[in-house]
Amino acid sequence: MDDSILLAHGSGGKLSHELVEKQFLPFLANPALNKLDDSAIFEASGRLAFTTDGYVVNPIFFPGGDIGKLAVCGTVNDLAMNGAKPQYLSLSAIIEEGFPLSELAKIVKSIKKAADEAEVNIIAGDTKVVNRGQADKLFITTSGVGIIPPGVDISGANARAGDKVLLSGTIGDHGIAVMSQREGLRFSMALDSDCAPLNKLVAQMLEASSNIHCLRDPTRGGLATTLNELARQSKVGIVVDEAKIPVKEEVKAACELLGLDPLYVANEGKLVAIADPADADKILTQMKKNSYGRDAAIIGEVTTEHPGKVVMKTKLGPSRIVDMLSGELLPRIC
Amino acid sequence: MEFCGGHTHAILRYGIRQLVPKTVEMRSGPGCPVCVTATADLDKAIALAHLPDVIITTFGDMIRVPGSYSSLQKAKAEGADVRIVYSTIDAVEIAQANPKKSVIFVGIGFETTAPTIAASILKAQQDKIKNFYVLSLNKLTPPVMKALLDSGKIKLDGIVCPGHVSVIIGSHPYEFIPRDHRVACVISGFEPLDILLCIDKLVEQIEKSEPKVEIAYPRGVKPEGNKKALQLMEDVFEIGEANWRGIGIVPQSGLTIREKYERFNADKAFSVSLKPPREPKGCRCGDIIRGAAMPLECKLFRKVCTPESPVGPCMVSSEGACAAYYQYGTLENSQVT
Repeated sequence: MDDSILLAHGSGGKLSHELVEKQFLPFLANPALNKLDDSAIFEASGRLAFTTDGYVVNPIFFPGGDIGKLAVCGTVNDLAMNGAKPQYLSLSAIIEEGFPLSELAKIVKSIKKAADEAEVNIIAGDTKVVNRGQADKLFITTSGVGIIPPGVDISGANARAGDKVLLSGTIGDHGIAVMSQREGLRFSMALDSDCAPLNKLVAQMLEASSNIHCLRDPTRGGLATTLNELARQSKVGIVVDEAKIPVKEEVKAACELLGLDPLYVANEGKLVAIADPADADKILTQMKKNSYGRDAAIIGEVTTEHPGKVVMKTKLGPSRIVDMLSGELLPRIC
Repeated sequence: MEFCGGHTHAILRYGIRQLVPKTVEMRSGPGCPVCVTATADLDKAIALAHLPDVIITTFGDMIRVPGSYSSLQKAKAEGADVRIVYSTIDAVEIAQANPKKSVIFVGIGFETTAPTIAASILKAQQDKIKNFYVLSLNKLTPPVMKALLDSGKIKLDGIVCPGHVSVIIGSHPYEFIPRDHRVACVISGFEPLDILLCIDKLVEQIEKSEPKVEIAYPRGVKPEGNKKALQLMEDVFEIGEANWRGIGIVPQSGLTIREKYERFNADKAFSVSLKPPREPKGCRCGDIIRGAAMPLECKLFRKVCTPESPVGPCMVSSEGACAAYYQYGTLENSQVT
């Protein structure tokens, strides 16, 4: 049988040290972390961005990623969505008793790989072990600090009438990839989660234009919820064109089968940008050069009409409201 | 009338109501499994949930529907073991994993879910699982169409017949509709072009005064249906009366578990005492299910009744008409007044 996490791994004693020293440190090593002091120390100057997020995805391994990659990319992306260059992350793992060490090792390696790609260091961490049943295998919380370059002012409240709405690629990939692996709903399809760090894409976009007003990653609740958040926060209306929103055939098919709307399905490697119309094409060209923005498109624009609301021109021509997600995304019964 | 809630959602999602000429009025029908479940039946499921050592399993939306006095969600918060499953077979597996508990599957839906519920009973029989039960609230489509048309209260020119139900039952069971009621029938898929094609065919039938049953969803539906699924249903269920919200008892419109599978019948295995059911005040779900009212005509719509705090089932279910009008409304009707 596989070696697995014991309650003693959370005791604070020998096994706890062993867990950190054998399972985490060899992979995540960096000068600040290696010291193993009670807190990590780093130099910083300028405007800083700070964020935190908890990850409880089920299942923890899914096509195209796992909870470790997600925990790094999610926090990196939250920083990037304010134009910050992510620098340091903390990582706290709550592990269920009995969790296989081999799986933990896979996840730590994946954390390392994602952190390397995003060029961030994990400089502080914690592990806790809880009784079987008190957590679902593994929960991870990451917090992150990033530096905002001078002159960058990005906020969900900055959209102005006339601005263009850009989307970095196909929607719904993550949600459908995870759902395809979920207990009781398993179906096989060649689709990977889009989980990815977007900080470099954002940096390239900021190089192309200093007139990007809003950035947001449409995670839970999907594109529809993000557009609504931006419309409400900026007190503007948003109009999008359904035909311009890229959706993969696999996602379309799965959504038709399950009775879901891709607009509400989660993404983990996409962003929405709202920018000055004069710069929109320039930003789009730049986005398409990055592999995470290859399928980017201008999907709509900002208007003074219907403030706080998102309207979509459907594929057939008429317009309708796009509301936020309410409740949970559940497959249809009939 | 589009019978199926899935069609109502597609029609609103793609703006088809605005696209068709004003002379074509689309009415939503009773094709939402959660919505047509009678309050009394829901009360029974909630009472069963409170029995000791019982696990209730059901499809997602069911747990949020308010019954007369509570909901499965509230029962769960009060300590009852209520679990959402995606498939009936999951419910059988829960029974297998919890041999000391009684696992009751609250079986709702039309001819689409009935074969899978039948299959779960056969699986439980085959695997000798003794703690699995089904509360059969399954309903049949053609008989309720007949009841609606016989009532004479709603005058329909054509019916967008359900896509997935017809995959199972085929097109023959609707033939009485053009024959006896002179109402056009076209079976439709759920993509926007499927629905437009279906409406086009309906209008053509109506203009020519030649009502018949047509299939505009040939990639899914064969005239004879899915014989294997029908056989499964026939083996496990017999046809009996069913209680429909907003419509009442409709003879020959429900599925009851046959005597040879009686030991899986939750109605026989458990008894609960129930207070008389009551409907939420002001809620027009009953009228909406019959096609007698539109969601926007309900005074509670969007003011008191929202997807976050639904008063009636049509706002809860992802197949409910009110939820569709709420989620996919136009700018004109989305204002809170």
